[in-house]
Amino acid sequence: MKKNLLPLAAALAVTAAAASAEEVRVYNWSDYIDEDLLTQFEEETGIDLIYDVFDSNEVLETKMLAGGSGYDVVVPSGTFLQRQIQAGAFQPLDFAALPNAGNLWDAIKERTAQYDPGNAYAINYMWGTTGIGVNVGKVTELLGPDAPIGSLALIFDPANMEKLASCGVHLLDAPAEVIPAALAYIGEDPNSHDPDVLAKAEEVLMGVRGYVQKFHSSEYINALANGEICVAFGWSGDILQARDRAAEAENGIEIAYNAPSEGALMWFDMMAIPVDAPNPAGAHVFLNFIMDAQNMAAASNYVYYANGNLASQEFLIEDVIGDTAIYPDAATLENLYTTTPYDAGVQRVVTRMWTRIKSGT
Amino acid sequence: MNFRRLILIGVPYGWLLALFLVPFAIVLKISLSDYAVSIPPYTPTLDLSEGWAGFQDFLSKLDFDTFKFLTTDSLYWKSYLSSLQIAVISTFFTLLVGFPIAYGMARAPEEWRATLMMLVILPFWTSFLIRVYSWMGILGREGYLNSLLLSMGIIDEPLVILNTNIAVYIGIVYTYLPFMILPIYATLDKLDVSLLEAAEDLGCTRTSAFWLVTAPLSRPGVIAGSFLVFIPALGEFVIPSLLGGSGTLMIGKVLWEEFSSNRDWPVASAVAVILLLILIIPIILFQKNQQKQAEADQ
Repeated sequence: MKKNLLPLAAALAVTAAAASAEEVRVYNWSDYIDEDLLTQFEEETGIDLIYDVFDSNEVLETKMLAGGSGYDVVVPSGTFLQRQIQAGAFQPLDFAALPNAGNLWDAIKERTAQYDPGNAYAINYMWGTTGIGVNVGKVTELLGPDAPIGSLALIFDPANMEKLASCGVHLLDAPAEVIPAALAYIGEDPNSHDPDVLAKAEEVLMGVRGYVQKFHSSEYINALANGEICVAFGWSGDILQARDRAAEAENGIEIAYNAPSEGALMWFDMMAIPVDAPNPAGAHVFLNFIMDAQNMAAASNYVYYANGNLASQEFLIEDVIGDTAIYPDAATLENLYTTTPYDAGVQRVVTRMWTRIKSGT
Repeated sequence: MNFRRLILIGVPYGWLLALFLVPFAIVLKISLSDYAVSIPPYTPTLDLSEGWAGFQDFLSKLDFDTFKFLTTDSLYWKSYLSSLQIAVISTFFTLLVGFPIAYGMARAPEEWRATLMMLVILPFWTSFLIRVYSWMGILGREGYLNSLLLSMGIIDEPLVILNTNIAVYIGIVYTYLPFMILPIYATLDKLDVSLLEAAEDLGCTRTSAFWLVTAPLSRPGVIAGSFLVFIPALGEFVIPSLLGGSGTLMIGKVLWEEFSSNRDWPVASAVAVILLLILIIPIILFQKNQQKQAEADQ
């Protein structure tokens, strides 16, 4: 659930051809790993690693459902994983070949089990929350020192949005994340699949759509960092990247990330092996490599997302493990919710609703 | 009929069969199926191992539900209409820009023409995506166009062009311009200049000679160019998704959404089938026109 630039970028990705035994082909989200790890993997194992990236779950799912993707390891998010398991897209993991699986964190495994019962098909790579990033200076200037920067009221109350519109607000172009948030704001179950309840989320969003500068899933990183916008509803790690970019640029912009007090969506990106993977043995070697405590820590230290690997925590830098925006404290953790996939009929209602919200048609 | 002739006729028909009819039959088949959580994500699938009985069973499970569904939501016909509108308007502007360029090329001295032709084709050497992305850099709020106009004092506020339909028109006209120029140039190049001299000898002004002689004679090129622009523009997806805004309705975007967000391959296929039916009308008109032209030439 990291980026959603455009499906086209995937078309640019190298198409996989037949793989030999010495190759393992990995398909992961863009900007989602420390690339030194990739060379380290090749040196340690002698296996050629072919690493392609995508930027939306939809692109990955289209490849998975068409079959014959040619990849050995792919990284869908929780709800997408669940549906693809149902469709028979993945093979069960062979834990005998994954000695490092003992490093995984039970607190996360309990949560991912709802998408993948018994955690039989996938391991958690990274996880995070969806929340609100603000340019603290501008927002307090417009809304006063008591601006509700930790509340969904900031983006769903038209009175606030009317004032914020002048400095720019971006929302994720991801209905499965924004609609649950709108439901949480009005006190409904964020995981509701009932079309009547979902319609209430539409009312909330229709009330503020005119004040939203753009629905987009990646532009907000730069836009927040250089002051083009002052509020973004987006993914935790992305907003933290914006915070760091602003700090590096020393442009006087202070970005803060908050998981909303009304509850925040917790999402999981999961590594799984396609049922028709050309090199499943190599795929297991890769998964085991990733689950190594130090390797996983290196990845998190690089991308600023939390991981599902308990043993890696001692190798995390303080900037990551000590930041409650990345590793929430117990109270925030209580306040996080998860969602389940919509079935085909509800998905259609949601997609249609989203078109109306974005385009007014 | 001898063997050589058979092969000669067979090649284009074989091409049409393998690259048009068979894929179309597959898309049509999917459009008559139902959504399912499986690989591939629809049912029924054709199982040839059961022979004729399996095929009959497969046929009996197909239905027109997806097509009925398309009539229940105004989104679809609105998108078709909006695509038609965008395609017609951009074809018109491509013609408006392309004709003078082609005319200029055809009237240029002989030794320049190869270079001019080269210049028209040159943009194809750069990736299409990169060229569209460059337009994002030009048309954006902080883009080159706005900074130029602002610094010249022509505007006080940056123009909002990117993420509107205007940006889509600019993108389509720019991208498809060579497809308009080349066929028009080809007809104008063949045009017998002595006809123009004759017209002027008989009392035409240069302008009326253009309208009475050049314009009618360039018609085949204009028509061919217009179709070459109109047909791909109608189903365009890349340009509206990169340059257009959330308010830009185009059938290519709807198709993508059906395919990936709804994961509903049958409805996506039905949208594609209807798009094709809409395209067949201008294609048939084009064919008729070509035939008439051929008969007239004889």
